[in-house]
Amino acid sequence: MIEVRGLTKRFGTFYALDEVSLEVPGGGLVALLGPSGSGKTTLLRILAGLERPDRGSALLDGVDLASQSARQRNVGLVFQHYALFRHLDVYENIAFALRVRKRPEAEVDARVRELVALIQLESLEHRLPSQLSGGQRQRVALARALAARPRVLLLDEPFGALDAQVRAELRGWLRRLHDEIHLTTVFVTHDQDEAFEVADRVVVMNRGKIEQVGAPADVFEHPANDFVMRFLGHVNVLDAELADGHARIGDAIVALGSAVAHGGDTRGRVYIRPHELDIARSPAAGALAARVVRVTPLSGGLKIELSVDSLGSRMRADLDWERGAALGLQSGEDVFLSLRRARVFA
Amino acid sequence: MIATPAVAATHEPAWIRRLVIAVAAGFVGLFVLVPLAAVFGEAFRNGVAAFGHAVSDPAALSAVRLTFLAAAIAVPLNIVFGVAAAWAIARFHFPGRSLLLTLIDLPLAVSPVIAGMVFVLLFGKQGLIGPWLSAHGIKVIFALPGIVLATTFVTFPFVARELIPLMEAQGAEEEEAAIVLGASGWQTFLRVTLPKIKWGLLYGVVLCTARAMGEFGAVSVVSGHIRGRTNTLPLHVEILYNEYEYQAAFAVASLLVVLALASLVARRVIARRVEAS
Repeated sequence: MIEVRGLTKRFGTFYALDEVSLEVPGGGLVALLGPSGSGKTTLLRILAGLERPDRGSALLDGVDLASQSARQRNVGLVFQHYALFRHLDVYENIAFALRVRKRPEAEVDARVRELVALIQLESLEHRLPSQLSGGQRQRVALARALAARPRVLLLDEPFGALDAQVRAELRGWLRRLHDEIHLTTVFVTHDQDEAFEVADRVVVMNRGKIEQVGAPADVFEHPANDFVMRFLGHVNVLDAELADGHARIGDAIVALGSAVAHGGDTRGRVYIRPHELDIARSPAAGALAARVVRVTPLSGGLKIELSVDSLGSRMRADLDWERGAALGLQSGEDVFLSLRRARVFA
Repeated sequence: MIATPAVAATHEPAWIRRLVIAVAAGFVGLFVLVPLAAVFGEAFRNGVAAFGHAVSDPAALSAVRLTFLAAAIAVPLNIVFGVAAAWAIARFHFPGRSLLLTLIDLPLAVSPVIAGMVFVLLFGKQGLIGPWLSAHGIKVIFALPGIVLATTFVTFPFVARELIPLMEAQGAEEEEAAIVLGASGWQTFLRVTLPKIKWGLLYGVVLCTARAMGEFGAVSVVSGHIRGRTNTLPLHVEILYNEYEYQAAFAVASLLVVLALASLVARRVIARRVEAS
């Protein structure tokens, strides 16, 4: 189990981490999700021992990591750009952690063969990193990090430098690997799909602070604040009048969700996800008049961009394939938007 | 406007190309090939036997030994200093970093004669530490230590200057990976850093060796020109020349030229490996 308490790290006047506290349960797979500069990589590097915090502490299984140097921690770290040893082949890269520990040759060989089989690169043992594809290098970096049986696995943007298809493959592979070996794992990403697909729990970070921690579905369904709402996918943000648990947006009225913390003031912003809108050709009570600007097919359905003249704003609605096909919308058409759900944040 | 052929924009007329090539080749011929030929021509003017006699003269052999000995001490010192300086400058930001970077170039900027005089001023009979040293029976000026000091001074930028840009370009991620994987500082250096920089280091060593063997000015000031004892190859050439023994002077000089040509070939070969790494 990893416990982080009040961790603070400054670079000059910039707070990379500002009083961050976090727990990662043993055997868990946690994603640190946030935009660049949010402090997620700094947190990972402090856990690995490559940076020293200015304040606060990090404990691994109850032992303060500050008492151990990076080489004593036995932490597996996978770098964003792999950082494979360019002069060593796949076999020797994986063997490195065992060689510096002066393990007997037979043990080294057995462990390397086991890992090479795990990453399915048996035929490429004697290739140099420069002779491998990006996805293969990534897997070698992972095997190298696992060689000395680390207590924790840390991954920094592990799929960042790969093309989309390889990325999707490796995500699934990493998740299956974790389900097999149950190693406590923390990985850093700026990609919410990646975080949601791979992790048990997601830690959303912004400007050196943690905004929210929770299961992927939880964080997505119940964002703690407007930052999390905006960061996790597209959202329509509209000005509204708020009263009696309802929001009035132009002519439209929508009931606000129950988990709403809202002060007394009557104007505010409401947040509506594209899939929380419905489109109809005929007017209905509480619907907004809009015009279709553009229809784009996406993998999961149709993306409809709309202009709402009464609000002077653009909105986006996502429809699934059946609904999209049933409507057969064309750009330039006049339609009516009903809002199924809206959120406000204090 | 009448269209001109597209070639005109990217290709110079043939006569300009020929002229530029001729000028370059002419300079190389006049200032490199002709003098080179003259050195070997003069060295063998009185036949192979006379050449053999000049280079196997005891004073000449002693100069060869001293030249190699001075290089054999100065070059390892430079490797240690060069790797340490490059490591410090490429990896850390510390106060005085840019000053150190500038000072490394000093021996290239200052005349070698001045370098030699500084050592005389420090270690000579009338120098600052000289009297104390001679009271303890240590001779620096007009002896091997002075020659090694002067040689080390004029050569110390070579290894560092070769390694700093290389190490800056390679970054420190592999070293970080090694440390997290459990390597000690020394293991990281031997197993990761050294293999990464070995060709650049070798290139610096070749430059450094060539300069160490060819150095004249600084060594001339501190050596005292004692024939058979404190004469290096370049100094021996000068003595022979001043004594009007031209053929012998050029015979010994041709040894230096061979060393220089060998280092040029080594540089070409190693430079390719540096680029590949």
